[in-house]
Amino acid sequence: MTAKLTNNQIAWRAAQDIPDRAYVNLGIGFPEKVAQYQPPGREVIFHTENGILNFGESPAPGQEDWDVINAGKKAVTLKPGSAFFHHADSFAMVRGGHLDVAILGAYEVAETGDLANWSTGPKGVPAVGGAMDLVHGAKRVAVITDHVTRDGKPKLVQRCSLPLTGVACVTRIYTSLAVIDIEGGRFVLRERLPSLSLDELQALTGAELLVPGPIADLIVPEL
Amino acid sequence: MDKTVADPATAVAGIDDGMTVMIGGFGGAGSPIELIHALIDRYRATGHPTGLTVVNNNAGNGHVGLAALIEAGMVRKLICSFPRSADPVVFTDLYLAGKIELELVPQGTLAERIRAGGAGIPAFYTPTSYGTDLAEGKPVAEFEGRPYVQERWLKADVALVKAEQADPHGNLTYRAAARNFGPLMCMAAANTIVQARQVVAAGAIDPETVVTPGIFVQTVVEVSDPHQEEVLNRADAAYPLEA
Repeated sequence: MTAKLTNNQIAWRAAQDIPDRAYVNLGIGFPEKVAQYQPPGREVIFHTENGILNFGESPAPGQEDWDVINAGKKAVTLKPGSAFFHHADSFAMVRGGHLDVAILGAYEVAETGDLANWSTGPKGVPAVGGAMDLVHGAKRVAVITDHVTRDGKPKLVQRCSLPLTGVACVTRIYTSLAVIDIEGGRFVLRERLPSLSLDELQALTGAELLVPGPIADLIVPEL
Repeated sequence: MDKTVADPATAVAGIDDGMTVMIGGFGGAGSPIELIHALIDRYRATGHPTGLTVVNNNAGNGHVGLAALIEAGMVRKLICSFPRSADPVVFTDLYLAGKIELELVPQGTLAERIRAGGAGIPAFYTPTSYGTDLAEGKPVAEFEGRPYVQERWLKADVALVKAEQADPHGNLTYRAAARNFGPLMCMAAANTIVQARQVVAAGAIDPETVVTPGIFVQTVVEVSDPHQEEVLNRADAAYPLEA
């Protein structure tokens, strides 16, 4: 079993790339963890598509205001300088290119930048929420994900097999093993866990990894 | 102009079989529970209205509000973005049994379709859903080298909306993120019915702070201590509520 980053460590790594003064949307679930690892000294404003800019952490149990929730319908708190707005304005922020960064989860990411993260197929009740809007929402659309599925299959693939959320939308992927950019329809390796050889990483990846020279080590603190 | 009525039952009395009804709220925030429950009461007493098409972001949670409306058998079709919740059993069972129709719409597209309906814009182009299953059959056009999907306006016979303050003209403010779809749905319905926590005199809401101008509102009813769906669900409530 190869060593790999925990979800907290993947979130930490993604957080390091969010610049000062950025407006950021974090997908519900795993991507919400990114907010915990904001490097000190940077001011970042989080957007939630149900209508709040500049929300903060969850309130203490019993202190919830159920009109102050995030897109995952969890209670949040407001920071000084927050704003409320209706849904058309909220998605104008999204589609209009006003967000700097969106960080989303994934079932599959293709080397073309296609993302599948909303449906695992025709069974059950389909639900999309804001996923298809958010992939067109930001100047940078990053994905955080385990490098492989629970049964060891690559999540980074040539072409997605699951229903697409968006076409050619992802720009960077933070996985449990590596940091990979998508450029010109190819996976370009930027960082990898030092304990992992290039061959091992390639074997766990469903499309060719371009290696543009010496690759930086993916170094993340214990969290 | 006085658009106020005495109680929720009077407010919803004109909703007929087969109407399209927009219901505000994102999950529990902004859900006009008392108006929905008044509609269920009318159905239980008279058998009407039924065969409704409901537009909401979600498909209800638990057994109160929208979930109770669906559970009562009054809804033929749901237009929504995310028909899942902590307890989506009511919608899920009917959907899997083929007893309720679902039109799944991306959340931002849903909002913009409603806005367009209220603004008199029959169609618009959006990058959202291009290349996905949800764009099937829709016209695509390129603008500045990028593909966009044509989406159509969404209008309704009735909107049920929860506001914070209203005046008799129907000028509205909202509370926090309970605003969500409210201002859009008020615009897009022929008959917008608002439950407000407080009805104040004309002039008592500073015009600078009005979010929905009264021209978009037809009926106002004060519900001074509204239920919150999340609180009801955490108490495992089901409609009709115990006193």
